[in-house]
Amino acid sequence: MKARVHVMLKNGVLDPQGEAVRHALGAMGFDKVTGVRQGKVIDLDLADGATEADVAEMCEKLLANTVIERYEIELV
Amino acid sequence: MRAAVVVFPGSNCDRDLAVAFEQAGFDVTMVWHKDASLPAGLDIVGVPGGFSYGDYLRCGAIAAQSPICKAVVEHTERGGYAMGVCNGFQILTETGILPGALLRNAGLKYICKTVGLKVATSDSVFTQGYNAGDVIGIPIAHHDGNYYADDETLAMLRDQDRVAFTYAENPNGSRGDIAGILSENRRVLGMMPHPERAADAGHGGTDGAALFRALAGVLTPA
Repeated sequence: MKARVHVMLKNGVLDPQGEAVRHALGAMGFDKVTGVRQGKVIDLDLADGATEADVAEMCEKLLANTVIERYEIELV
Repeated sequence: MRAAVVVFPGSNCDRDLAVAFEQAGFDVTMVWHKDASLPAGLDIVGVPGGFSYGDYLRCGAIAAQSPICKAVVEHTERGGYAMGVCNGFQILTETGILPGALLRNAGLKYICKTVGLKVATSDSVFTQGYNAGDVIGIPIAHHDGNYYADDETLAMLRDQDRVAFTYAENPNGSRGDIAGILSENRRVLGMMPHPERAADAGHGGTDGAALFRALAGVLTPA
């Protein structure tokens, strides 16, 4: 089984990298972009028997810093 | 007086921090990240700057899960003293010992320069060698020093007089200009600027030496 974890900065937390990407897109002429948020995707290969709850615990303890980030788990 | 300095793969300010403790009169033991315990009878543990584990995942995130950090958490839970500088501050927030988090600098650039640091409170063993309101010159050297805490946490830090240092001119976007904070029992300090790099005349500045001098003789082992 595989799991894909999406980690994004929480709404309200400034994302300077996303802002820089937005500026760059604007400078390139992509004038229909009004906001960019940059996050990360973490793919996990899981042994049989692993559950979404296991992955959630991994997110809480290591993969995301819940002070500033939120996460979504996708089992694939 | 005994101090320990934690060494992670990628630490690069560990020896500077050890020398600053030694010059203030401490016997210093270096402890490796795989060690599961700290030396007995320790007065303070220092978590140094650098790039522990290559800053993989998030600055300080992997270090915070290392065996020695579990011992550091237990040490602080027993009321032990600790200070984390730069990456050490990031690690202390990742362990949950200190609140908040350090984000990428607002200007996206790594900044290495001496900045004016305002002493926000003299009510801690770390800052008692200064007067509140003093502005001291201390180097910063970081890419991810942009302190973030939610409104509620910021209000709590202010209400409990737990902001140790603020930037005279905010270099990195930190909320409330915060450069360093204290734990609730005021025995743990985390700060992005490097007092150990301004602790000897050879450094070009000695404004950080008072922090280490003030620790000498007032700590109790935990």
